[in-house]
Amino acid sequence: MEVVHVENLTKVYGSGHTAVTALRDANLVARRGELVAILGPSGSGKTTLLTAIAGIIEPTSGRVCIGQTCFYDNGWQVRDLRRFRREHMGFIFQSHNLVPFLTARENVLIALQINGVTGANAVGIAQQLLDYLGVGERQEHLPEKLSGGEQQRVAIARALANSPQVILADEPTAALDTERGKSVMALFRQIAREKGSAVICVTHDQRMIEGFDCIYQVKDGQVSTTSQK
Amino acid sequence: MNLAIRDIKYHRGRFLLTCLGVGLLLTIVMSMSGIYRGLVEEALVIIRGVNADLWVVQRDTRGPFAEQSRLAEDVRYRVAIVPGVREVSPFVFYTIQRQRHGQPLRFAVVGYDLRTGLGGPNRIVAGRGLAQKRYEMVADDKLGLALGETLRLGLHDYTVVGLTRGAVGSGGDPVAFFSLADAQEIQFVKDNWAVRNARERAEAAYERALPTQPTLPRELARQFADNPDLHQVNALLVRLDPLADPRAVATAVERWGHFTAFTTGQQEELMLTGSVDKARRQIGLFRALLVIIATVIIAQIIYTMTLDKLKPIALLKLIGAPNRTIVALILQQSLSLGLIAYGIAVVLGNLTFDKWPRLVVVETADQLALLGVVVAICMLASALGIRRALRVEAGAALTG
Repeated sequence: MEVVHVENLTKVYGSGHTAVTALRDANLVARRGELVAILGPSGSGKTTLLTAIAGIIEPTSGRVCIGQTCFYDNGWQVRDLRRFRREHMGFIFQSHNLVPFLTARENVLIALQINGVTGANAVGIAQQLLDYLGVGERQEHLPEKLSGGEQQRVAIARALANSPQVILADEPTAALDTERGKSVMALFRQIAREKGSAVICVTHDQRMIEGFDCIYQVKDGQVSTTSQK
Repeated sequence: MNLAIRDIKYHRGRFLLTCLGVGLLLTIVMSMSGIYRGLVEEALVIIRGVNADLWVVQRDTRGPFAEQSRLAEDVRYRVAIVPGVREVSPFVFYTIQRQRHGQPLRFAVVGYDLRTGLGGPNRIVAGRGLAQKRYEMVADDKLGLALGETLRLGLHDYTVVGLTRGAVGSGGDPVAFFSLADAQEIQFVKDNWAVRNARERAEAAYERALPTQPTLPRELARQFADNPDLHQVNALLVRLDPLADPRAVATAVERWGHFTAFTTGQQEELMLTGSVDKARRQIGLFRALLVIIATVIIAQIIYTMTLDKLKPIALLKLIGAPNRTIVALILQQSLSLGLIAYGIAVVLGNLTFDKWPRLVVVETADQLALLGVVVAICMLASALGIRRALRVEAGAALTG
């Protein structure tokens, strides 16, 4: 069953002489429980593709569907995109993007709280996720007191907090050592399998490619090759 | 989990310093209304303390506080026989400045008739009231004089026999009470240098007058120079019989043509519509300006704090936080800033206002009004920050 369906997605930045086509007629499909990689050199358009799937940038044309809902079909189809995001997506980005004035645990809790999960239940989930990612003992520390790898693991915990349909990750293992990276990928696979989430990763990390179910190559805005394992 | 409190804790040093700054500003705002009320109270304290039924002053003057008024002391006997008058008492009021221990000592002199006691000190907090007609004084404790201390005024030394509290003249200067004779002497009696000078002037005037007035006696001129008329007062305080009509008595006194009579209410009105009114408007202007300045400063602080948080705000939007979460974050911080600053202002005001040079009277109503203003300006000030925060794209969380 398709969880993410991208069809003929085009994104043009600017207009007239300064127009730059970042994506041209891109197509992508991610099914329940699949790990999908988006590969490509810098500036190829892979992050544009990821942010378009996330509904963060508005595509120029095409169609993006999550589950049964096509939230973009040559125009926004969903009024409250933020709500749609928090209910269906989890995010892990290259810059660790933790709220600096919240502790590691609170960074996970805030995602749960925004989605209506509060109290002991929320604390339990946060604790479990942080322990699982190996940062349970650091849960009371502010991000500035955590190493880059620890910050990334907290960001992953936050993305997983609401058991989203889709996890969108931009270089999620870049700041982790091989062992931790593999364990994160294993965690992604587990989440994908147990929750039916699709995980879409933009990555350069050759160490992790072997774990993906499906790989998309992006070059000059075109999703030109698709390799399926 | 309250994001505003978490952010405040994270930046607590900067936040508390900002609160202190805004608190000091609010202390000034609060003091402005207090100073105005103090001005009114100080302007009226003697008038209300004396509480005469009528004030008889020199005709067409607004004396003795709003302007100088002078009338002969013996007019009291004429006023005393007006039907309805129970008691008349002369009253002297003027301000002097002397040196004491190398420092200027400025105070208002009140001279009153010890026999009637009208116009004298209301509340002695230490020592006693005036018991003898000469060379004693009762001073307000703000003057810093000690009981038993003597003060040289004119030709004589005056001993402090009692202390009052809160007795101030219309200009805010503390009051010293003297017997009528002493107050007149301090004001009018000349020292030896002045007498010699006056004699020379009188001689010169005499010489100039001789060609036209050859019969003018030289002794008269000299005597006039030596003995000025001490028996001048600034007002007569009148107590009426219980059923007497103040307006009728005033009309009877004014009919003589040399005097004007005011009730205590009219005296108060004269003070409030005179110099106090100008001060009130000036202070009102200052207060309005300070409120605007406080609003601008708080707005700027909140806006800057919001700019510092744009990335976390974008991140919150990215993970799906609704606008109300972001609005609450900024609004709660703004209100926290305002309320803590207000608390600092209240505490600081309570601790220091009684040490300010002028009387500062802050009433609960003023404090509550300021609280309302603070809440309003915080909400207004946070509007800019909220507007900026709501315009941040979730995608901004992904950059750098």
